[in-house]
Amino acid sequence: MNNLVYNKNVLDHFQNPRNMGVMENADAEATVGNPTCGDVMKIMIKVEGDRIEDINFQTMGCVAAIATSSMVTEMAKGKSLDEAKKITNKDVAKALGELPPIKVHCSNLAADALKKAIESLNKK
Amino acid sequence: MSLSINMEKIYLDNAATTKVDERVLKAMQPFFLEKFGNASSQHSLGQEAEMALEESRDVIAKSIRAKSDEIFFTSSGTESNNWVIKGVGFENLASGKNHIITTKIEHDCILNSCRWMEKQGFEITYLDVDKEGFVNPSDVRNAISDKTLLVSVIHGNNEIGTIQDIETIGKICRDKGVYFHVDACQSYTKVPIDVRKQNLDLVTLNAHKINGPKGVGALYIREGVKISPLIHGGNQESKMRSGTENIHGIVGFAKAVKISSSGNIRKMAKLRDKLIREISKIPHSKLNGPEGDKRLCNNINFLFEAVEGEAVGAYLDINKICSSTGSACSSHNLKPSHVLKAIGVSPMNLNSSIRLSLSKDNTEKEIDYVIETLRNIIFKLRKVSPFKLKYDGKEK
Ligand SMILES: Cc1ncc(COP(=O)(O)O)c(C=O)c1O
Ligand code: FES
Repeated sequence: MNNLVYNKNVLDHFQNPRNMGVMENADAEATVGNPTCGDVMKIMIKVEGDRIEDINFQTMGCVAAIATSSMVTEMAKGKSLDEAKKITNKDVAKALGELPPIKVHCSNLAADALKKAIESLNKK
Repeated sequence: MSLSINMEKIYLDNAATTKVDERVLKAMQPFFLEKFGNASSQHSLGQEAEMALEESRDVIAKSIRAKSDEIFFTSSGTESNNWVIKGVGFENLASGKNHIITTKIEHDCILNSCRWMEKQGFEITYLDVDKEGFVNPSDVRNAISDKTLLVSVIHGNNEIGTIQDIETIGKICRDKGVYFHVDACQSYTKVPIDVRKQNLDLVTLNAHKINGPKGVGALYIREGVKISPLIHGGNQESKMRSGTENIHGIVGFAKAVKISSSGNIRKMAKLRDKLIREISKIPHSKLNGPEGDKRLCNNINFLFEAVEGEAVGAYLDINKICSSTGSACSSHNLKPSHVLKAIGVSPMNLNSSIRLSLSKDNTEKEIDYVIETLRNIIFKLRKVSPFKLKYDGKEK
């Protein structure tokens, strides 16, 4: 275990996660699990018109999972639903800088959860 | 949780490896620049090396009540363990026996050797353990058949600290005429080992867990045990283990054994118990492995529900505390700990544990800081977690 494994940006999001915690009266939420390790991420969104007005997350996971969750909420906030849906896991990982190769699977949660939350909205 | 920049690292990963003690380093030093001879050489430099080698062998032998010619130096605990499984297996194949008994909580070097042996046609039984990690000696007795060659059991477990009752298992094996091997890498100098009283046929030892150098190990082989060499070559170590002896490493190994003391064991056990007592107060935490004197004096392993061990370890590291996790999320193979699985930790909690392992050099002040820091970390990570835990009957 070594904090040299992760870059500064990742460690910052890990220690100071943005948009973290439960959201009262969310318009939609989605929970996804990482089949590789059993970690879990939940995204909650509030929508105004076709824009993501507010977004929160909760994650039980490793450093990379928490950091990517935090990053995806920052990226999605204020975007239109269509734009937000286009955010890929790669975009999130790229925004954080580099992730160690064995940690790339951890970044798969974030955008998946967001997409799932937006899609559940359409079904309503 | 802040901390002054200058604070030194608190090293609590001594089950992985330890710092070389200064006295050990000093004992080793002459063997690099002055007494650098090859112990097989006939000149004075060679003889000096040979003497140092035999003196070291005596020290190791005495420490487990073996005879000197029953101690064979190797490159590591890993090599000694490989040697036992493969060397005993193949040497005795002609007798028609091909069955080896071990446990589900062994170090990977035993487990992977056994898996390889299965591919060579051997049969392996992997015994279950109870929820504290104890092997039931009567399970050993019941597993022994007329095909059984060897029983191999880890003495002190490297992850959860469980110390097995090797004396009882040793008696069973001796009565049944089956070889008994003990992997004592974690327990050596911390738990008494007496190869006569405990009926041990083979014992694996290494240096780097006891403030000695890395890359040095030994195997005790009781006189009369049938085992073939694993490493062939120039016939060193009574033709049993070839390769020019690692004299400086072996000298350091012996010095490390000499400086070990019961005072240090008591000191570590006291710090261990304080850590266990205080960490237990964190809600929804659970000690993995047993309490009291059946636990290695330097091992602490806790499960924290609803958080990920890798994240806890990273947070500790950020706070200058070196720990280890049995979490898949920090390892290269992404498989959770086979030991935690074997003691029945639920799949959902398999990646939620952290191991702290002490050395003689840790202080109470360090421990107090670790307890406080860990409490804050768990609190912080649980705030991020979507899992709701009940506190005083209420969800929070
Ligand atoms: C119980 C046990 N067996 C074997 C080993 C392997 O020893 P080495 O690191 O010397 O190869 C270790 C340490 O890693 C261990 O803890
Ligand atoms: S290891 Fe589970 S999400 Fe990273």
